[in-house]
Amino acid sequence: MNATDPYAGERLLLSPFHPRQQAYNLRDAWGAWNGYKFADHYYDAEYEYFCIRNQCGTYDICPMQKYEIRGRDAAAMLNRMVTRDVSRIGIDRVAYTVWCTDEGRVIDDGTIFRLAEDRFMLNCGSPCTAWLRQSAYGFADVEVRDVSDSLAGLSLQGPTSCAVLKRMGLTGIEQAKPFEIRHFPFAGTTLRVSRTGFTGDLGYELWIAREQALELWDALYAAGADYGIQPYGEAATNMARLEAGFIMPFMDFTEAFKTVRFEHDQTPFELGLGWLVDFDMPHFSGRAALLEERRRGPAWTLARLDIEGNWPADGSIVYDSEACRKDIGYVTSAMWSPAVKANIALAMLRSEHLRGPIWVEIYKSKDLRPYRRMARASLRKGPFWAPPRARQTPPSDH
Amino acid sequence: MQRYDAIIIGAGHNGLVCAARLARAGRRVLVLEAADQPGGLAARHEFHPGFRACPAHTAAHFSARIATDLGLSGGALPTAPRLVGLASDGAHVVVENGAVTGVGAEDADAFRELDALLDRFAATLEPFWGRTIPRIGGPRLADKLPFAQLGFALRRLGRERLHEFLRIAALPARDLLDERFEHPLLKATLGWDGLVGSRMAPRSPNGAVLAMLYRRGRQAWAPSKLIDALVATATSAGAELRTGTRVTRVLVEGAADGIAATGVELADGEQLRADSVVSSADPQTTFLRLVGVRHLDVGFTNRIRRLRAGGLVAKLHLALAEAPRFTGLDSPAGRLLTAPTMDAIEFAFDDAKYGGVAAQPVLEVAVPSLDDASLAPAGQHVLSAHVMYVPHALEGGWTDAARDAIAERAIDVLERHAPGLRRSIVAREFLAPPDIEARHGVAGGHWHHGDFAMDQLLMMRPTYDAAQYRTPLPGLWLCGAGCHPAGDLTGLAGDNAARELLR
Ligand SMILES: Cc1cc2nc3c(=O)[nH]c(=O)nc-3n(C[C@H](O)[C@H](O)[C@H](O)COP(=O)(O)OP(=O)(O)OC[C@H]3O[C@@H](n4cnc5c(N)ncnc54)[C@H](O)[C@@H]3O)c2cc1C
Repeated sequence: MNATDPYAGERLLLSPFHPRQQAYNLRDAWGAWNGYKFADHYYDAEYEYFCIRNQCGTYDICPMQKYEIRGRDAAAMLNRMVTRDVSRIGIDRVAYTVWCTDEGRVIDDGTIFRLAEDRFMLNCGSPCTAWLRQSAYGFADVEVRDVSDSLAGLSLQGPTSCAVLKRMGLTGIEQAKPFEIRHFPFAGTTLRVSRTGFTGDLGYELWIAREQALELWDALYAAGADYGIQPYGEAATNMARLEAGFIMPFMDFTEAFKTVRFEHDQTPFELGLGWLVDFDMPHFSGRAALLEERRRGPAWTLARLDIEGNWPADGSIVYDSEACRKDIGYVTSAMWSPAVKANIALAMLRSEHLRGPIWVEIYKSKDLRPYRRMARASLRKGPFWAPPRARQTPPSDH
Repeated sequence: MQRYDAIIIGAGHNGLVCAARLARAGRRVLVLEAADQPGGLAARHEFHPGFRACPAHTAAHFSARIATDLGLSGGALPTAPRLVGLASDGAHVVVENGAVTGVGAEDADAFRELDALLDRFAATLEPFWGRTIPRIGGPRLADKLPFAQLGFALRRLGRERLHEFLRIAALPARDLLDERFEHPLLKATLGWDGLVGSRMAPRSPNGAVLAMLYRRGRQAWAPSKLIDALVATATSAGAELRTGTRVTRVLVEGAADGIAATGVELADGEQLRADSVVSSADPQTTFLRLVGVRHLDVGFTNRIRRLRAGGLVAKLHLALAEAPRFTGLDSPAGRLLTAPTMDAIEFAFDDAKYGGVAAQPVLEVAVPSLDDASLAPAGQHVLSAHVMYVPHALEGGWTDAARDAIAERAIDVLERHAPGLRRSIVAREFLAPPDIEARHGVAGGHWHHGDFAMDQLLMMRPTYDAAQYRTPLPGLWLCGAGCHPAGDLTGLAGDNAARELLR
């Protein structure tokens, strides 16, 4: 125990970027993520959101859980654990995937970086050590190392992000395609840059040893000064990711091991992630259950809704009719989207009602008085927001 | 290339029962056994020229129904071997043919009462040991039926007996016996069948009473003769048996609809194909070693990995120049116990559960050569002792010195009950649980291929998704003691598995 601070063990950890981020956090709007002190917003969530869409912003991904998986059996071990065919991820490429229980229920989603033939990095939102260890059991040559605290990560997102990195001296970064990884010498060590992110926009994630984190920050912010660089927090991320149609744990789904009622978890098909399930692989964990799920069709479907009017539909119950005859699901995330100029939402709907009329019951409070409105919704295919610049290589200069 | 309907891994008694049933149903069956002798934990091993022994030294509860179905011949014993609680002064307690001698009248009465009650309970459970226990929540009516039938059978016990059954089902042996008896040796003797082979002592709640019920009735055999009869019936029905043939892996091949077990590979690289691969090896060996985790789901693998399968029974085999003479006993026939009190058993367990060896081991002794003269040269004998409790993972590791020390301790115990025995020892063999594991290919050297405990029984044996003999890997089946109902030479697991395979 720490003699001077009896609560030392209970206090939130500080990200290596904290000294800089703290200076920006005018509102002291801190939350927590995986035990780290974490900004909900720095100044104003909407302002930060517009930075992402119009300039660029940085988002601290140090609290994300990062595992290095290496060894001759690393690919085989991951291939059995996740639903995608890891052997098809090229070296210096990234793939988004999910992993499931034997029953085909999503434990978590995340990205897999292939760093070498026998070396991977797995990133995910929640600690996954136990499942990784169970998954690695029985493989002769695979080592799983939690590098969450030793590897710093900073996400740089927005249309000017590439220009900032070029200005910083990362020559050739503009050639990196989406989901590609590049390495650059930096401050006596190696800076890993992946063209990945959680905003649906042009963006990169920067990875460096914890010790060099502040040097990276300073270089980035020096280079970004003319490009409107600004840190953004959880609230702005949540807006950007919703427009991109990305799902968020504990908002759009509950991790299989964390539901209160065991049937409240979801399959990849229910979450619209069926495309991640590669049945060409003869076996992976949960395959038999997922095959059955595909055959039967998912009971629920996470649908993208375009809702009439401009009342955000947070927490709404969804019905089959204006008269609320039958409830057919619930909204998981909702917002007025500035980029799309539409009232958008993700909603978990009973699949058999997808073809029928969809009505959302929205409550809104004005001066503490609740108002209710039934709003008609239509299904949207594809992401709400997918600008061409997000995929363009090289990205245009600013 | 030769193609089989079923390849059975292991010619233990369950593998043989399964093979015989399948062969009699017209299936082309090949049984592959790693050891040179069939029989598994009941396979004879010559530990000294002319002297042979096996870990399982009595087969007191083999299924009479299976024996009849398979037309087994060659010698069921007329009665179950008696159970003798040895007292060093010769004042033994003897349980035989539903009666006890050597105790006071009250204890004798109480014994008759408990014996009748347990008989009744055992009769209620008997049909359920011999059938598949379906998965809970299964979709078919057939999945619900056995539970309804079990409920019905229990109801038929009558209200009072039903309550008593529910009350004692998970009781520690000690509580059950303290309630009813005075004589310490009687209590130790009666508790034995609840404990032997399990990670349990008299004070352990869990499966002791169920084990006592599981080990009642049926038919007694000399294990060696049982194995001979099973081999004869299986091979004459057309099953092919290859001993000295170790399976190194189960062949798993991918198809559009997933993977399936398609055969086995042998130590010399030979591959053999079959529609079904049926393993009587224990679940951990089967899944973790022969199949390999990469063909199994993560959660399932984890449940198999964490099965408790560390054996606690060691074996002492003695080659004796003459029949042993136990003080105050007419003959050494039966199962002889050297556990004077329940505390003695408890203390022996206490030592072992922290990785030590019982200072005063408790033994179950038998002289198998009495029932099968071929096990020893004429006039000489084999003494076999189950030594409890001896941990699989001995603190400090297993060495020859550690083995000798325990063997000596066990012989000291025997000498106390049979003075002069030490002098008649011609040779001896001591097998610690890891030795049993190595010789018989059973993970942990465990009696039941995995603990006989509430969480590893019935539809949880060895774990859900593999408890109906079918496994998550299509084409792969289980048929050994690691399945419902459990171990002992009962034949039930092999028989149940065959029934599922033939459905
Ligand atoms: C020390 C000890 C004492 C016991 N005493 C008694 C007793 O007195 N009375 C009683 O009723 N029960 C006793 N038991 C329990 C009883 O012996 C077992 O429960 C029973 O033998 C299980 O039968 P089985 O056919 O399922 O498996 P096993 O008898 O274990 O047979 C499995 C067979 O599979 C073979 N095998 C495994 N892997 C491979 C492979 N890769 N390739 C080929 N073959 C393979 C093994 O060699 C073995 O022959 C005892 C057990 C132990 C450990």
